[in-house]
Amino acid sequence: MSDTDLTGTNRMTLRVARGADREDRRYDEFEVPYEDGASVLDALVWIRTNCDDTIAFRYSCINANACKECMLLVDGKIDYACTARLGDGTMTLDPLANKRLIRDLVTDIVPPKERLDADSD
Amino acid sequence: MTMRVKTDVFIVGAGGAGMYAAVSAAREGADVILADKSLISRGGSTIMAQMTTAAAVGHEEPDHWTHHLADTIEAGRGLCNEELSAILCEEAVDRILEMDEWKVGWARKDGRMTQVMAPGHQVKRCCYVDFLNTGPAVARALRGEVAQRDGIRRASGLCVVDVVVKDGQVAGAVAFDVESGETVIVESPTVILAAGGLTRLYQRNSASLNMGGDAYALALRAGAALIDMEFVQFFPIGHLAPRLVGMDPIMWDPFRYKLGGRLLNGDMGEFIESYGEQDGGVYTVKRDVASYAIIKEVEAGRGSPHGGAWLSFEHIPEDQLKEAFGPVIGKLARNNIDLTKQPIEVSPIAHYHMGGIRVDAQMRTDVPGLFAAGEAVGGANGANRLSGNAIPEAFVFGDRAGRFAVSHKGSHAGVTDAEAEAVMAQAKPAMTAKKKPDGGAMALMRDLQKTMWEEVGLIRTAETIESALGKVRSMRSDALPQIAVEADTPFNQALQDWCDVRNGLLCAESVVLSASNRKESRGAHQMEDIPETSPEFEKNQVITMKDGELHSGWQDVKRISYTLEEKKAAVL
Repeated sequence: MSDTDLTGTNRMTLRVARGADREDRRYDEFEVPYEDGASVLDALVWIRTNCDDTIAFRYSCINANACKECMLLVDGKIDYACTARLGDGTMTLDPLANKRLIRDLVTDIVPPKERLDADSD
Repeated sequence: MTMRVKTDVFIVGAGGAGMYAAVSAAREGADVILADKSLISRGGSTIMAQMTTAAAVGHEEPDHWTHHLADTIEAGRGLCNEELSAILCEEAVDRILEMDEWKVGWARKDGRMTQVMAPGHQVKRCCYVDFLNTGPAVARALRGEVAQRDGIRRASGLCVVDVVVKDGQVAGAVAFDVESGETVIVESPTVILAAGGLTRLYQRNSASLNMGGDAYALALRAGAALIDMEFVQFFPIGHLAPRLVGMDPIMWDPFRYKLGGRLLNGDMGEFIESYGEQDGGVYTVKRDVASYAIIKEVEAGRGSPHGGAWLSFEHIPEDQLKEAFGPVIGKLARNNIDLTKQPIEVSPIAHYHMGGIRVDAQMRTDVPGLFAAGEAVGGANGANRLSGNAIPEAFVFGDRAGRFAVSHKGSHAGVTDAEAEAVMAQAKPAMTAKKKPDGGAMALMRDLQKTMWEEVGLIRTAETIESALGKVRSMRSDALPQIAVEADTPFNQALQDWCDVRNGLLCAESVVLSASNRKESRGAHQMEDIPETSPEFEKNQVITMKDGELHSGWQDVKRISYTLEEKKAAVL
């Protein structure tokens, strides 16, 4: 598997929520090539590599569904980007609704005790 | 914005090695900061491990760690640092049993751990957690141990830019918070590099996002040495087709361990025997031979449709498949794969790096205060790693790095704001307010992956290596400085990508340079034009950096002799 390549003869459109303000988000549309079985994460990585490197989303394990970092909303439903599959037509991606939005598809899923505070002295 | 923190031990990377190091340092009473670019215990390779964890606990059949050592050294093709190999094999037993107390849930039958045979091992030695759940289970257990120790502070989303060395000793590190962009100065007399290997630098890989060689690049820039960088292990039967999501691409090995499985070429014929090894449906052939055989079949026009080999379980009854792999069979069904009706296609993929940071038995690098642990360490596995040795290596070397870092009497010189600014200035790409459509850091990483895969991959020639050396050097000197990154944005992934490819290029160059100097074929370094293994190259190659230039040298392989007592114990 490669984490930056995406090939295939199918075409679909991905609408991606952008911005750091929920009330004022915009949607960018990307036309994505894909082969049957390709995932939403495949498409997002392809977009970062080939179209727009400012788009933000979390992931670590790349398609193994082990790290569980890539959770987001696919057409309004909670899903992992690495297991949700691309299909014909248009799919819309939004950040998780019940977490603090950081930017684009990234929300604050970091456990509170995994944040570094400055030393008090 | 700058944050400043102080600690006794700063650990870069929170996979198996980093978490074990944190626990071991904390139980010696040290203050620890455990950092990861992703989330603690989620990033890195450990969590992706599916099955085999080699340790001579002897639950399945009689075994002793010296047998494990003999198998490890044999697989290493003459280049194992035998002192490190012996530590790995002996202490793997302690660590696996300790992890058992931490409720990992190793598979058991009648109270004893179940162990399976894996390629290159003489006995059933590999512990695991069902079903294909070893990585998540050990990650969860270690995450729990880390969380309940007061001495450990955790830092998710921290990207370490460089280790700071003053007067020849570690003084700390400089990092940035990925979410806020804030510079974080860590003052610490010891730093443990536990950020894994470099397999993400290859186009076909089983890596996570963080396996781009950060640990090696940080070590080189701090003044430490790397060894054996030419030895990248290719996993022979990575998943190739049909498209499979939600599973680690190396998932097929456990299927073969448990059930057997037929490896077939494009003509549906068994072929391993043509490469001098036994096959016959039982998987015992070592990884380097299997990978080589598949690539050569593809070259000869006998590959599967996507350029690999077929792997067939069609002869295994459905109920047996379900019994052995339970919910995994359902996952495959959701990928439209029915193993009783179809073979799948597999291909070698970059999976592990044998080379790494040069350390002694206490995991100390050449720089006082700088330690390494896990896959980041070079030497224990020589020119070819035995299946099942990576997870115990993470635990064993993590534990040692944690313990010995605590006993290190280091420098408390600290890091000034000016020193931190100098680090950040060097690491910052040109900042721009506009987005770049292409030509960014990810695109450069893609180009690097392609070059490494095609020219310094499984089968190399003097010509392809020379070509790659030129390309990688020009990417590092010309392409990298031209990449601009959007400034001042929350969760600045593009900046992290830039740091990733900066590190990746330095590592790639060390791999290519090492490959160009090893004029023989051995283990994972296979030269098409020099197929012989030469006794004169039974040495470890050492890479160091001075003024931004990489230099290569050679050192003798570290051998040990077993004591009489150990030899007696080995005779069961």
